[in-house]
Amino acid sequence: MTTHVESQAAPAPAEEFLNRPATPAQRIHAVLHRQPALSPAIVLVLAAVMFSLVNERFYALQNLSLVAQQVAVVGALAVGQTVIILTAGIDLSIGAVMVLASLLMAKLVADHHWPGWLALLAGAAVATAAQAVNGLLVTRVRLPPFIVTLGTLSIFTALSLIYARGRTVSLQPGTFLTWSGETVSLGQLHLTYGVLLVIALYAVVGYALRHTAWGRHLYAVGDDAEAARLAGISVNRVLLSAYVVAGLTVAVAAWILIGRVGGGDPNSGLNANLQSITAVVIGGTSLFGGRGVVIGSLIGALIVQVFVNGLALAGMDPNYQVLAVGILVIAAVSVDQWIRSVKS
Amino acid sequence: MTTATAPVLQAKGLVKVFGRVVGLNDVDLTLYPGEVLAVIGDNGAGKSTLIKCLSGALVPDRGSLFVDGKEVRFKRPRDARDAGIETVHQTLAVAPALDIAANLFLAREIRRKGILGSVFRMLDTREMKKQAADHLERLGIGTLQNIDQAVETLSGGQRQSVAVARTAAFGGRVVILDEPTAALGVRETGQVLQLVRDLRDQGLGVILISHNMPNVFEVADRIHIQRLGGCAGVITPQSHSMEDAVAIMTGAKKLSPEVS
Ligand SMILES: Nc1ncnc2c1ncn2[C@@H]1O[C@H](COP(=O)(O)OP(=O)(O)O)[C@@H](O)[C@H]1O
Ligand SMILES: [Mg+2]
Repeated sequence: MTTHVESQAAPAPAEEFLNRPATPAQRIHAVLHRQPALSPAIVLVLAAVMFSLVNERFYALQNLSLVAQQVAVVGALAVGQTVIILTAGIDLSIGAVMVLASLLMAKLVADHHWPGWLALLAGAAVATAAQAVNGLLVTRVRLPPFIVTLGTLSIFTALSLIYARGRTVSLQPGTFLTWSGETVSLGQLHLTYGVLLVIALYAVVGYALRHTAWGRHLYAVGDDAEAARLAGISVNRVLLSAYVVAGLTVAVAAWILIGRVGGGDPNSGLNANLQSITAVVIGGTSLFGGRGVVIGSLIGALIVQVFVNGLALAGMDPNYQVLAVGILVIAAVSVDQWIRSVKS
Repeated sequence: MTTATAPVLQAKGLVKVFGRVVGLNDVDLTLYPGEVLAVIGDNGAGKSTLIKCLSGALVPDRGSLFVDGKEVRFKRPRDARDAGIETVHQTLAVAPALDIAANLFLAREIRRKGILGSVFRMLDTREMKKQAADHLERLGIGTLQNIDQAVETLSGGQRQSVAVARTAAFGGRVVILDEPTAALGVRETGQVLQLVRDLRDQGLGVILISHNMPNVFEVADRIHIQRLGGCAGVITPQSHSMEDAVAIMTGAKKLSPEVS
């Protein structure tokens, strides 16, 4: 087109206003908008510095090793929780599925003398199937994820208690399933293989979210499901895949839980459901879907553990730990609300 | 326009209801390759519902669709796309948090060559960015400075350009544009109209929905008029004036039985 040159005229006042230099707040907003894990990372560093100043035992490698080991189970669960929350879903049952899978694995070995690796596969199959039930109820019956998983939370918890008859299952140390609880020492840092598993899990899922079409479609569906559908994405398939992938990460979490507990315990991981959501939210992933990165959830889990650990070292009443976590959650969601408000 | 050729897209007897609301009432539509068919009509006349049925976004309750003379059934947007039908919906259907390149290639991503792509499913982000920049450049909407920009940071007009670019870049047989110029300025509108002509000249069938009568009469070969969910007739810019078109659209005038 060679006509219509008139729109090249001098900028109108509104145009000038739109192109005005950004205020500092707007610049911060823009950066946080692009880097969802940045604000939790800053909080983690600040918290670590603060607790180190209060008590120098905090940054002893021994203490940091403890923090890492304590964070492993929730950190692993938070991976699956992130994938689900990115689709604008939520999973209240994720911890219950983990406990069910860990009991099954432990009992297959202890009572039925299965080889550990086979029990692990069986547990993974059950965890994946349980999460597929959640996913099918969300996609086929079209129930809200909150309601679905509120129901299956009770169901899976009850199944665990019935299956275990209220008893714990102990496993021999030094076997396949308890390997995840064994220590690996890197100098003064005493990690467990479970911690390494968690790191690997974040690397794999982080890669899949960032570098594969599946990851992009997951974000697109969480962002605007109808737009994603019109663009040619099979929304239901993506949603179901989120729950199935979560099932696989739950299996890893179950293995780590066995390592920590030394077997299966129907009463372990009672708070893991909500703790995983807390980690994801503090980690900067939006509950409205479509925004967040999985590494943020690891940072979120670490922040919680650093506060719990740091406040304990500072000699505070344990109730303050709970209080602090509550404040963190509210603060994180407030920041998310601000970040999602797009100015343009 | 060469009506001697077979229609590239044909709809017969489309019916779509929403509860008690009639969206489409027994609508036929014929689109030939290498022509621009404009669809006009008042708000609520069923224009968007019609093109949603043609693009797989809605499944019609009654009626049949034919692509190149073969009956097809679109259960989802993907089916229409696989048949070579690309659509810009009125609601735009872009993923706000994804960048421009990611949006252009949404649901048709390019993977890396070799083992990285086949086993590790790694996306070739660089290639997609390069091609996206080329497409935008070719459409003359390279004014979107930054291909890495999230779509939500774009203005309404810029988003519309992205949606149009996606359609034009991948349109195989048919391109459908539902009010693509609604948020655009004069210059951008001119670009989209030129694009419509270019696509037609490449032999594609183009369906253009617009409220802008001068634009419609400028580019359309034929004009399908929707009224109250039905088709009130098909005219051409040569056979009727703009005033006629508006009169038929609003029901002030009835179209005498005609040949189209
Ligand atoms: N999803 C829907 N649910 C209910 N009614 C709808 C829906 N989509 C369209 N309609 C109704 O169908 C009729 C045609 O709408 P539409 O095709 O959007 O008209 P147009 O695009 O010509 O303005 C209107 O009466 C509208 O209210
Ligand atoms: Mg419309």
